[in-house]
Amino acid sequence: MTDLFSKFDPIIAQREALLATGVTDPFNLVMEKVVSPTVAMCNGRETILLGTYNYMGMTFDPDVIAAGKQAFDDFGSGTTGSRVLNGTYAGHKAVEAALCEFYDMKHAMVFSTGYQANLGIISTIAGKGDYIILDIDSHASIWDGCKMGNAEVVPFKHNDLAAMENRLRRLPEDAGKLVILEGVYSMLGDIAPLKDMIAVAKKYGAMVLVDEAHSMGFIGPNGRGVAEDQGCLDDVDFVIGTFSKSVGTVGGFCVSNHPKFEIMRLVCRPYVFTASLPPSVVATAATSVRKLMHAADKRAHLWENSRTLHKGLRDKGFQLGTDEPQSAIISVIMPDLERGAAMWEALLHEGLYVNLARPPATPAGMTLLRCSLCALHSAEQVQTIIGMFTRAGERVGII
Amino acid sequence: MTREATAETILRLIEPFNKKGVAIADATSFAGDLEFDSLTVMDFVAAIEDEFDIIISMNQQAEIETFGQLVDAVVKLQA
Repeated sequence: MTDLFSKFDPIIAQREALLATGVTDPFNLVMEKVVSPTVAMCNGRETILLGTYNYMGMTFDPDVIAAGKQAFDDFGSGTTGSRVLNGTYAGHKAVEAALCEFYDMKHAMVFSTGYQANLGIISTIAGKGDYIILDIDSHASIWDGCKMGNAEVVPFKHNDLAAMENRLRRLPEDAGKLVILEGVYSMLGDIAPLKDMIAVAKKYGAMVLVDEAHSMGFIGPNGRGVAEDQGCLDDVDFVIGTFSKSVGTVGGFCVSNHPKFEIMRLVCRPYVFTASLPPSVVATAATSVRKLMHAADKRAHLWENSRTLHKGLRDKGFQLGTDEPQSAIISVIMPDLERGAAMWEALLHEGLYVNLARPPATPAGMTLLRCSLCALHSAEQVQTIIGMFTRAGERVGII
Repeated sequence: MTREATAETILRLIEPFNKKGVAIADATSFAGDLEFDSLTVMDFVAAIEDEFDIIISMNQQAEIETFGQLVDAVVKLQA
């Protein structure tokens, strides 16, 4: 018998070698208690959270919690069914209405996760004979959506306008084309030049899908994302987003002005063949989305945190993923996985949690310590974080 | 462009990616013999696409394992 698991031997060996050095397993952390959006107990130690996607700190918002509790009482713990059968409750329609208002768009469709939103929309709208032109650093859910559909997949170099245009230019003029971009790329925290890229996509008759998972709530005058910030949201055909980051719960969505968009509810398999979100989740999401419409002060503070941390780490000699802070993600580049894991552990001992990211999730084989800020990190916490990084960096020999 | 001329151009484009100086024949495989990882494949494909002004979609790339197969595919895509 051939062991089907033998294909995983290289990664098993890599993992064993890493753990043999004695470091704490960076991919097995347990939070014993969550104190607030920015603090949790890990290994019995109070730990500042700098590796969550709780950008707007909505997870403990009293109105959000109250809405969830009310929904539990009124609608029960789950729907036990698909959106197209018995799984659409008042709350599902309410959160879709909230999204239409938030984005000022006509249609919104909610999926059970953000992963499924990309998987479903991409694999359904780009079919046999169509072309998908996408950034090489796209999220796994985008790649998997491409793989699940039958379209021809044409990647281009990250954020490279000329490379994208060269590929669009070579495609058959009358073929269906979908250009897929992200507002914020989550590994380095850099943003896309959406305005220029979308103009080129439109010049070649392509439809445009933008994943704004890491920008919702705080980029753009109304928190609609990078496309809004660059003044090109009207030219985006499909915005993909998530409830699991700034919104603070779980779920995914697509908003669109396409006149035929509603047909997606019948033809999109990752929407049809799965249970809908529990009533408590859609209730918390709807409340959170509505509160994010009026969160200008929090947005301003989050940007202040991002600028302070970026400057603080750069001044201490860390190598960062972007020259300027472009989002709420500040990525610290590590020389290799071993020292990255050592640094991650040293930070954990200081009382700081960040994400350790490594290939294949990262571009160009990099090991990264990804810091994602929250609007509820206080200015003092950010200074504390810079101090922890400095001590850990000196101990591990990164700076 | 003839198959021979196409092969010659592709040989020139492989050079910067052929770190170990592997001798190349039609049966030379990119993953096995040349040890191209996914990042190298991407850069290499982009170089081929730009040189010949063609598109080799990922679906087509999946069918190409050897140097000879690549030359044949590029000849076909130029036609």
